Amino acid sequence: MLTLRCPYCGVLADETELEPGGEAHVRRKASDCGDGEFEAYLFLRENPRGVHFERWRHVNGCGKWFHAARDTVTLEVFGTYPAQTEGPPGEIMETIGARRPGWRWREFS
Amino acid sequence: MSILTQMSRHGHRLGKPVKRYSAFSIVREALRGHTGWEPAWASPEPRARYDVVIVGAGGHGLATAYYLGKNFGITDTAVLEKGWLGGGNTGRNTTIIRSNYLQDASAAIYEKSRGLYETLSQELNFNIMFSPRGVMMLAQTNHEVRGYRRTAHANALQGVETEFIGPDRVKRICPIISISGPRYPVLGALWQPRGGTARHDAVAWGYARACSAMGIHVIQNCEVNGIRTEGGKVTGVTTTRGSIDCSRLGIVVAGHSGHLAAMAGFRLPIESVALQALVTEPVKPCMDVVVMANTVHGYMSQSDKGELVIGGGADGFNNFTQRGSFQHIEETVRALVETFPIISRLKILRQWGGVVDMTGDRSPIISKTPVERCFVNCGWGTGGFKAIPGSGWAMAELMATGGSSLADGFGLGRFREGRFIDESVAAGVAH
Repeated sequence: MLTLRCPYCGVLADETELEPGGEAHVRRKASDCGDGEFEAYLFLRENPRGVHFERWRHVNGCGKWFHAARDTVTLEVFGTYPAQTEGPPGEIMETIGARRPGWRWREFS
Repeated sequence: MSILTQMSRHGHRLGKPVKRYSAFSIVREALRGHTGWEPAWASPEPRARYDVVIVGAGGHGLATAYYLGKNFGITDTAVLEKGWLGGGNTGRNTTIIRSNYLQDASAAIYEKSRGLYETLSQELNFNIMFSPRGVMMLAQTNHEVRGYRRTAHANALQGVETEFIGPDRVKRICPIISISGPRYPVLGALWQPRGGTARHDAVAWGYARACSAMGIHVIQNCEVNGIRTEGGKVTGVTTTRGSIDCSRLGIVVAGHSGHLAAMAGFRLPIESVALQALVTEPVKPCMDVVVMANTVHGYMSQSDKGELVIGGGADGFNNFTQRGSFQHIEETVRALVETFPIISRLKILRQWGGVVDMTGDRSPIISKTPVERCFVNCGWGTGGFKAIPGSGWAMAELMATGGSSLADGFGLGRFREGRFIDESVAAGVAH
């Protein structure tokens, strides 16, 4: 079973305690942006075979939203971090860089 | 040792090989030491060029190649498969066939598919074991009663034979259901008498054999690792078995669609998650219909071997592992035991998962793409098996003629234009 450490309350939570919330770091677009941009904001998500940044909620615990960096193929967890951020913190990126040499985030954007 | 066995041991063949399966061919082969059987499909070396290349030899990819040949006479086709034939979701689903969807576009393609399944064994000369035993979707809340009544009315207008039935009839059709369950009493069901099951592997094998007989190349252990384009047009693919040129490319790879799309340089509104199923130890016949209980997220039927085939909810997070999370099995089984108390002592024999491709509106994508002459057929999510013949039919028409009445509603553009085909209820699986 997948386990993630909640960065707020420090609990190492089982998957049953958590609610997945989709891709992290999606930026909301203003309503006056183009159709293509708004479509991407609403529907196009990163779907990598490998490193993925996700939102999770510690729903049966402290109730807070946090972020996790995870590998979708090996289910390896690189770390979790608070949601009040624009992007993954440096230490998480370093951990991923060390374990997945040559990896790049969001090759499309 | 009989003379026949001796001859077969020395590689002698008596008469012509079997081209057509029949009761007669079984008797004849029994009499001549089974020397006439041939592999059901050829395994040729890939050529340097084909008119059409289909990536993915699951049911949908093989059906696409088959209908390109049968309906449009296009047989200069290769179907490339990275693993073995039907080893992905085609061999991992719970084999349910139904067409009781709500929206017109869905009902059209799923009913076309169900209709093709009715005569597929005869058409392919391969027993796919289609069993129209009836599919029952239980209504266990008042909300579901209203929803399924609405679907039954919609289906009547669409020409899909379904009806809403009361709890007494549910009990008569499937006596092992507890209709007065404490938490989720059965208030009725949406009943499709011509829905049912088929043997999923046989569907892939049957299409592969029919493709091979038309001269189409079905190539296994051949993984595509690049897509070549020139001036916005597809020119070919690179694979683990060399480079292959093509004029038209069809990407039919379910959960890995986004990966292939990235090779061609565009994105798809798809997320891949694991969906699981399991079977119990075999027991004597106890249910002869398919039952889906969507409130509690479980569905069940009995295989010809006697195992109860059980499917449940999908993972809520991106997952490419083909196994899924243990808690979903627990949830599914816990819920089903309440509706089917007699299964509480059964042991689970095995469990597996498949990587399914989910779209925002839970409807598939059968579409042209930003890359010219490159087509995708994906997004079938948790319910692709039932759609295999119809999906192949529509995809073949799209690839051959540039348009298809069955596929037109399922274009990629619908996400930008807001023309969703919302089937999150009819898909019938917890998402």
